[in-house]
Amino acid sequence: MRPLNPYGTWTLFLRETRRFLKVHMQTIVAPALTALLYVLIFRYAMGARSVPGLDVDYLTFLIPGLVMMSMLQNAFANTSSSIIVGKVMNVHIYLLMAPLSAMEIILALVASAVVRAFIVAVAILAALWVFVDIPLSSVSLIMLYGLCGSMLMGGLGIIAGIWAEKFDDIALINNFVIMPLTFLSGVFYSVAQLPPFWQQINRYNPFFYLIDGFRHGFVGVGDTDPHASIGLVAGATTICILACWQLWRTGWRMKP
Amino acid sequence: MNDSALQVQGLRKVYANGKTALDGVDLQVSKGAFHALLGPNGAGKSTLINILADIVRPTSGLAKMFGRDVFHERAWCKRHLGVVPQEVAFDPFFSPVEVLRITSGLFGRKPDDAWINELLDRLGLAEHAHKNTRQLSGGMRRRLLVAQALVHRPSLVVLDEPTAGVDVELRRSLWAFMRELNRSGTTILLTTHYLEEAEQLCDHVTIIDGGRVVADQSMRELMEVVAGRYLYLGYGDDFELSEADARALSAFRPRVMSGGICLRLGGQGSEGHGFHQVYEAAVSRLGIPRKVEIRQEDLEDVFIRLTGRARHERSRA
Repeated sequence: MRPLNPYGTWTLFLRETRRFLKVHMQTIVAPALTALLYVLIFRYAMGARSVPGLDVDYLTFLIPGLVMMSMLQNAFANTSSSIIVGKVMNVHIYLLMAPLSAMEIILALVASAVVRAFIVAVAILAALWVFVDIPLSSVSLIMLYGLCGSMLMGGLGIIAGIWAEKFDDIALINNFVIMPLTFLSGVFYSVAQLPPFWQQINRYNPFFYLIDGFRHGFVGVGDTDPHASIGLVAGATTICILACWQLWRTGWRMKP
Repeated sequence: MNDSALQVQGLRKVYANGKTALDGVDLQVSKGAFHALLGPNGAGKSTLINILADIVRPTSGLAKMFGRDVFHERAWCKRHLGVVPQEVAFDPFFSPVEVLRITSGLFGRKPDDAWINELLDRLGLAEHAHKNTRQLSGGMRRRLLVAQALVHRPSLVVLDEPTAGVDVELRRSLWAFMRELNRSGTTILLTTHYLEEAEQLCDHVTIIDGGRVVADQSMRELMEVVAGRYLYLGYGDDFELSEADARALSAFRPRVMSGGICLRLGGQGSEGHGFHQVYEAAVSRLGIPRKVEIRQEDLEDVFIRLTGRARHERSRA
């Protein structure tokens, strides 16, 4: 039996959470503001148009997508930046030296990423609620998709952080992988509006299911059946967390 | 009864780039010892320490801490080990107090504020306790690393060059603190470039070079038996040793030092060369010196001689 260190895991979770709270202007206020700006821009650009094929007001359609996109990006940013800052400042050695198992470390890092994602989501929704009427179709779908999405992205952030050697590497992944995938996953439009070829491509994009399922929780309609996709999304999340665990255990790119 | 705090056997590390950092190191640190681990730069000291700390993966070999297998009972061993890393590490988000509370927690211990305050105080960080670590000087950051290594009250403390960049006064107070810890039962393994300090502090010394152990003795034994005497002959500041003279005197291992030459005499066990033999050989080559002294080798001299010799032997093999 491997001796457990719940207090250490809890401490790591708190450290990660306090870290992003200390720089909340960067980690919460800025992403919330960005999302609000998108809403503002599209409000004036699109007017009161509705989304073709879905019979939903465009703004009502857009907001859940933006919230989920912010959640995904912030969950990724939280774990990836924590690990790369650790490597650059050499403090990652305290994670390696501490009597924590790989799973305990992964869980603490991912849990903190989830907390950040939800704080950002609440910040955006709270600011918008004043101006826009946001429907709530299924809270459990929102929670489930929000949780899976931020866990998956927290996990991918860990993998990126383990792989990266400098801050630029993270920026590279962010700009060339995370941004295109989230932007093209139906945040701003219904995937039904895409040409058939791109619709086909999107079937293999996990972010598409995450955003669509999350939006379903608000507006009650979407491109997919959110209950059928839960297994897929949860499976992807589990695989990602297991991959993190395995990478950390082997010491790849962390321990020479 | 096993009374060793640390036992390393045949430890090898070959890095991915093919460099052999440790080439079968054996090391035994007794419980309660103040043990010096010395070696020139690149000898493998930090690799050895980092393997114990789980920062570097070993290629092969065994390590036991208080009788437990370091590689199989990691969590237990980690709780009982405190390492001061050679490279400065600091968390730019937190203050020293926060860093210490976090480190304590990561090691599974609820922060003990009385102990944390004592650490800050003893390491001269009390007035900086609530500043951001970014505002600390290099020396302060290094002392914070010492506090971090001690915050979970480990039974074995490993200090990898803890005093680089720390001024003399604080160095002294740090050593006084380490002595106290050692007296109260903590085993200490120390690497340092300040050999004088190692000689004063440590009761046992292991010297490694090129990834191998070249000396492993109690400090007293090393200084009494291995440390020899040498003859210093002063010729003035412009003194130079020609190659022919160096060859002729090579039996006495000549070394040019501050306007003169050092030639090795026998150890206290009186084996080796006597004073007259060495003196006459030198005078016949170099002439009458202005100054003649017989000096006892200190740890630094022994260190240079041993690591120099080890290098020589390996290149011949």
